[in-house]
Amino acid sequence: MLTGFDWDVIRRTAPYLFREGMTFTLTLTALAMTGGIVFGTLLAMMRLASYRTLSTAASGYVNVMRSTPLVLVIFWFYFLVPWIGGWLLGATRPIQVGAFLSSLITFMMFEAAYYCEIMRAGIQSIPRGQMWAGYALGLSYWQTMGQIVLPQAFRNMLPVLLTQTIILFQDTSLVYVLSITDFLGAASKIAQRDRGGLFRDQLRRVEPREAAPAPAGGSEPVARDSGRAPSWR
Amino acid sequence: MKYNWNWGIFWQLSPDGRGTYLDTLIAGLGWTLATALSAWVIALILGIIVGVVRTTPVRWLRLLGDAWVEVFRNVPLLVQMFLWFFVFPELLPASVGVWLKQLPRSAFYTAVLCLGLYTSARVAEQTRAGIQSLARGQRMAGIALGLTLPQTYRFVLLPMALRIVMPPLTSEFLNVIKNSAVALTIGLVELTASARSIQEFSFQVFEAFTAATLIYMFLNLIVVAGMRWLEKRVAIPGLIGPGQAMPQAGH
Repeated sequence: MLTGFDWDVIRRTAPYLFREGMTFTLTLTALAMTGGIVFGTLLAMMRLASYRTLSTAASGYVNVMRSTPLVLVIFWFYFLVPWIGGWLLGATRPIQVGAFLSSLITFMMFEAAYYCEIMRAGIQSIPRGQMWAGYALGLSYWQTMGQIVLPQAFRNMLPVLLTQTIILFQDTSLVYVLSITDFLGAASKIAQRDRGGLFRDQLRRVEPREAAPAPAGGSEPVARDSGRAPSWR
Repeated sequence: MKYNWNWGIFWQLSPDGRGTYLDTLIAGLGWTLATALSAWVIALILGIIVGVVRTTPVRWLRLLGDAWVEVFRNVPLLVQMFLWFFVFPELLPASVGVWLKQLPRSAFYTAVLCLGLYTSARVAEQTRAGIQSLARGQRMAGIALGLTLPQTYRFVLLPMALRIVMPPLTSEFLNVIKNSAVALTIGLVELTASARSIQEFSFQVFEAFTAATLIYMFLNLIVVAGMRWLEKRVAIPGLIGPGQAMPQAGH
């Protein structure tokens, strides 16, 4: 039972767990939160805009993101970002994008959909008259939004934004599927190192049908680097 | 730079011996549904019990319920998956642990258990909110009529509360379907994992992911439509409807 447990491993590996793992997790959370709130607020403004095209595009984006599992979105962006990057830069092949950048873009884009819904409710909680008052004073749309409506909307929605950020913090653990060393990734790497035998057994047990070896080269869209193969295999 | 689109890929034979790639996808959809639905049953039963327990006058029961919700809500789902899959069998007596590890489809059972418990905490939170949104007089009236506490819950409080929290429960149901994708980390070949395997075998990344995304959206639509219908059928007469609540953080 518990006899095989070695609690001291936590003390021995704490520097690695926290300096490597937790730093990554916290950095990713902070950056994704900032980007997500900015992009989410823009999306919310688009959703509430009177131009049909803008609001349809924004709500389409939000609905697709919100009905797709995060794991699938992580994979989507992992393969899509190199292609879009290559297309933007006019490159002949998909560009190489690091796992960190890829996961950062993923979380920003994904969480923006959720932040958008929160900010939309926040903006809608401000009486319409304040917009009109802004316009009547001669302020532009951006001035009215930036100086009157959004500051209040943020303050009203602060608790929900915080809860969403905590969820984002927990969700960053899913970058595990890209074999990134976040907090959980660091822990599982230690587990694989120290109890390799156990883990190998477990992994064989979960993958009953051995995958055929992947054909090399050819149409593979992104160059394979060593850290790429998802580690559940 | 040009991506070779090949939508015909789904009719080609896949090397996993199951038939075409479309069959792979359908098998994945089957596992997603099986996992999500079984987990949802567990989550509803446990969640309602825990939610009720958190509103009872019994102090130690309330604390137990609070602890349940805090533990299952504040640990990332992926970590919980790993704990159930890798650590839990080690905690059991050796023979039981080995039996558990060698169980066929153990990834499926683990995923259902883990997802069910994780979601139960969220359902419990909604149930509690629903019960607490009722006027205090309802409970008092029940007791004053001579109902026991369980009877008050059964005949007065729960029938109201559960109907009020229908919309948040709908989104929890959608969450269960989406969260079942996390089970691919312990080896369950559900929808996302089968899209991945199509990508690995055929390199048609975007076709496979598009198909999976469309299926998830379709599932979402079905669930939303079904729940709308149910909401309308069980709507409490006299109430305007659940109204526009504060948006909830979540997935």
